[in-house]
Amino acid sequence: MTRIDPRTAVVSDRLAGVQRIIGVTGSKGGIGKSVVASLLALSLADRGVRVGLFDLDFTSPSDHVVLGADRRFPDEEFGIDPHRVEGIDMMSVAFFAGDAPVPLRGDAATNALLELLAITRWSDLDVLVLDMPPGLGDTNLDVIRLLPRLEFLLVGNGSRVVIESVRRALTLFAELEVPMVGLLENMHRGTSTAIADLAAAHRVCFLGSIPYDETLEEALGDAASLRQTAVYAGVPTLD
Amino acid sequence: MHELALADSVVKAALQAADDAGITRIGRIVVKVGELQQIEKDLFEFSLTSVIPSQDPRLADAEFDVAEEAVRFACRACGTEYGRSDVDIDSAGDEGEAVHFIPELSHAFARCPSCASPDFDITQGRGITLERIEGSADDAD
Repeated sequence: MTRIDPRTAVVSDRLAGVQRIIGVTGSKGGIGKSVVASLLALSLADRGVRVGLFDLDFTSPSDHVVLGADRRFPDEEFGIDPHRVEGIDMMSVAFFAGDAPVPLRGDAATNALLELLAITRWSDLDVLVLDMPPGLGDTNLDVIRLLPRLEFLLVGNGSRVVIESVRRALTLFAELEVPMVGLLENMHRGTSTAIADLAAAHRVCFLGSIPYDETLEEALGDAASLRQTAVYAGVPTLD
Repeated sequence: MHELALADSVVKAALQAADDAGITRIGRIVVKVGELQQIEKDLFEFSLTSVIPSQDPRLADAEFDVAEEAVRFACRACGTEYGRSDVDIDSAGDEGEAVHFIPELSHAFARCPSCASPDFDITQGRGITLERIEGSADDAD
């Protein structure tokens, strides 16, 4: 037999207590995936749902900034324990890397993902939210490969620059038969119905339009303020 | 200690490999421990024996063969190949601790000794690998 990476043998074990795994993804940067993922987790936690948040944007982690989480090493026992932040079990490379930049090529990102999947001790959760990096690259393909129970929640907005990439993502996810929670429009401005139209054309659930919120930037890092934002009000309930 | 989680992955991977190969009694499980992750060989051997399921007949005779492997880096920018002693990662501090948990965080702290690039490949000695298992099929079963 040839050399085996042992970590893949325990990925399903480590997530055995998780009922749903939802990857919040989007094919372009800057459309608010991290804010949507973080406030989806916060909204679920506030309603008593047992929720985890796993920041998989390894080169630019930001969920800890959104939620105001301390950057400190996780506790270590039989693996590592996620931090508890506003009722959310949270894991991020930001807890390890401090202020240092984390330049990772694809293979290295895959290894980092596998390592954290193998050693993180998620407790029993109703929902684990994955904050995906932008694009259709390594980490998105890795979670499709490694997590058969994955569902994607695709975030887009009405910009023509984004619409094209949303269409490509919908086509790919249909081809790969990845279950879809649906398509959510973020930072909505004007009267465009392009995202809702795309959802209908691709027969995925349209999860609504979150208006552009001028107050969001000021609210970052403070859970009480985040609960007053349009994103918090607009994330799906998953009922 | 998170070594237990890694040891658990080795034992479960060995059992999967045994099933795939039709091995019903595992004799040896050969493991390499990469230098970069800074896992002590003795501690990892203890972890392996701690997590092994004592009632599993496939593992009743199993012995672990744990060897250390030096880390080697290859710079993508200038082609220089180098080792652990050539890079400045504070083993005793937070940098070493971060790399201990996630070896890829070496890209955050280590730089090529020739050109200072963080763009390198870890060509060997990254972390834990299951090299092979040896065993036999029990015809009586």
